[in-house]
Amino acid sequence: MIAVAMSGGLDSSVTAWLLAKSGVPVVGLSMLLWDQSGVEAHGRCCGALDLGDAKRVAQQAGIPHYTLRLDEEFRQKVVDPFVKDYLAGRTPSPCVRCNTWIKFDLLLERARRLGAERVATGHYARILEGPDGPELHTALDADKDQSYYLFELTQEQLAASLFPLGGMTKPQVRELAREAGLVVAEKGESMEVCFVSGGIREFVEAQVAEHPGRFSGARLAEPAALVDSGGRELGEGQPYYRYTVGQRRGLGLAAPSPLFVLAIEPEANRVVVGEEQDLLAPGLLGERLHWIGRPAEEVTVKIRSRHPGVAARVRALPEGRAEVHFAEPQRGITPGQAAVFYQGTRVLGGCWIEGRLG
Amino acid sequence: MQTVYLDHNATTPLHPKAREAMLPWLGERHGNPSSIHRFGQAARNAVEEAREKVAALINARPPEIVFTASGTEGNNAVMLSLQTGHLVISSIEHPSIREGAARLERMGMAVTRVSPGPDGVVPARELIAALRLDTRLVCLMLANNELGTLQPVAEIAAACRERGIPVLCDAVQAVGKIPVDVRQLGVDYLVVGAHKFHGPLGAAALWVRKGRELTGLLVGGSQERRRRASTENVPAIAGFGAAAEAARVELDERRALLAGLRDRFEALLPERVPGAILHCTSSPRLPNTSHVAFPGVEGESLLIRLDLAGYAVSTGSACSSGMVEPSRTLLAIGLSRDEALSSLRISFGITNRPEEIDGFLDALVREVAELRRVAPAGVSA
Repeated sequence: MIAVAMSGGLDSSVTAWLLAKSGVPVVGLSMLLWDQSGVEAHGRCCGALDLGDAKRVAQQAGIPHYTLRLDEEFRQKVVDPFVKDYLAGRTPSPCVRCNTWIKFDLLLERARRLGAERVATGHYARILEGPDGPELHTALDADKDQSYYLFELTQEQLAASLFPLGGMTKPQVRELAREAGLVVAEKGESMEVCFVSGGIREFVEAQVAEHPGRFSGARLAEPAALVDSGGRELGEGQPYYRYTVGQRRGLGLAAPSPLFVLAIEPEANRVVVGEEQDLLAPGLLGERLHWIGRPAEEVTVKIRSRHPGVAARVRALPEGRAEVHFAEPQRGITPGQAAVFYQGTRVLGGCWIEGRLG
Repeated sequence: MQTVYLDHNATTPLHPKAREAMLPWLGERHGNPSSIHRFGQAARNAVEEAREKVAALINARPPEIVFTASGTEGNNAVMLSLQTGHLVISSIEHPSIREGAARLERMGMAVTRVSPGPDGVVPARELIAALRLDTRLVCLMLANNELGTLQPVAEIAAACRERGIPVLCDAVQAVGKIPVDVRQLGVDYLVVGAHKFHGPLGAAALWVRKGRELTGLLVGGSQERRRRASTENVPAIAGFGAAAEAARVELDERRALLAGLRDRFEALLPERVPGAILHCTSSPRLPNTSHVAFPGVEGESLLIRLDLAGYAVSTGSACSSGMVEPSRTLLAIGLSRDEALSSLRISFGITNRPEEIDGFLDALVREVAELRRVAPAGVSA
């Protein structure tokens, strides 16, 4: 039996429908991840309305469907670290954490409890059998490729996973949904951070206000000092967690050439700004280095999901740290984002960005 | 795949006689009971005929029956007319009572919640001791929806009557399974839901003792003697009446049949699934409900595995098991969170056959063993 993770969105719905049509026994599973009672949230992956759509699609596909309540785990593994990252001056990538900890860890374990051997999802990525076991590859549709978000998976998890949409394009998927008459056929894309319905700053502040015990020492709503690389104060900004390294807009500073956020210093409550060329770095320092299969030295690294990739050399350090040296300097090394290593279409692994080199 | 339904406390299949009574109103006949013309007259007749049948089932007078859309509505209508004073409920009431009480509490009323003992029965003495001079209402269900345990409604109603305190009895789970007589119970309001005894969804009744008031939730029409505005749901009410009549005629036969199925299950369970714990078996209870804990097994996973194997059961009341949280009723009788999360409710129905019980036991043996194998840690934190 195959368990399909169903969010109620277009991609996972078509995944469920395709598998059901192929004749294998399929069970649909939805995860209640975030209780947003009182929050209007249509069109987001964890909204209650979407779970309703998942149930309807399961009926259309003729498969049983169950909702698993994983909100406590989601909060611990995804939401709290997300808030802590912002408070620490980083810009988190919660979707990677959700894939790693929720969809391919917890959900697979739950699915096995119910008698399923494998979990299928609507991710755009491919699992190909290699000489050393399953390999993770980019989707054929480069525009939709989501392999970046899956870099922390293990070979064991890949062996138990299915990505039926990895060889398809989004228009093909939508066409299939239309042909099948699925109720979600005209649904739009889900938002990037599914549990944040308003602004991120407001979300962070609301979480800290509601659960002060979880985020001790948080300094909220104090305007940060905007300084240049020499430490000179240029003005007063918004609270530091409002900023992202590489950000250009919304600084509110008058300068002869455009200014960018270079670094965020939560301790000092400072945001360092400078010119675009100051963003360039020859490499990055990473933590929690992970290899899906065998480690490699020569890779192409993507330092954010929409980054085109750059040739780089990975040097492993003790305690899971790593230095990644780029062939050409890159701008926007953003602490909290994932640096994902590729070789051609294959995802080798990656690490989490701590800071820049040089 | 063969599917066996063992969740009759959630809802029941429609009785053929109820269906027969409804079909004309879903087909060639129609009419608004308030209309003067003959279409209206026929619809009025169908509603009043049903009222008589529902009244007969609980030994009430027809004018005392108010048709509603659900048991929840009846419970809400009685409770939410209160504004001040003190309210007593048991801690194992249906959410329509529990949440009604919480709302009244937020509006400034005092609420006392009386817990059951480990036997799943609310001690009458404790509830009576909670009554105050300003107590405006006591809410006590006749049979608990999860455990099936019967509550000492008559004894408590007698004590309340002496003090002039009205009693609302949610009898939704009891009617059609055991004899229910509003005069013997001595309560003031009693709620009945059609779909729990093979009537249709969307039809229920609130019995109001003559002389007691009811401020309706809905205004805007003189239906139901001005106690519930809305055009009557004629097809559902017609089906309700027929189901009530069938339940009245067949009651003894049904009780014996249900108890036979349940007793067969409960007699065979201990040797088939060692370690399974049956709850509240020595308490007075409904003839159709078994509540079982499977220690070390997560109830939600077991429910899903059984469903995939073709057997529909529940982990608690349907209202609380769309997503799984420990049942408050089980916590109230003193079970730990883990014990509560390892429990299943099996509620038999008159269409179940003994072979289905045997098949269900086979499936239980298989799925419990399999779950213990793949998730030996058992209940998750």
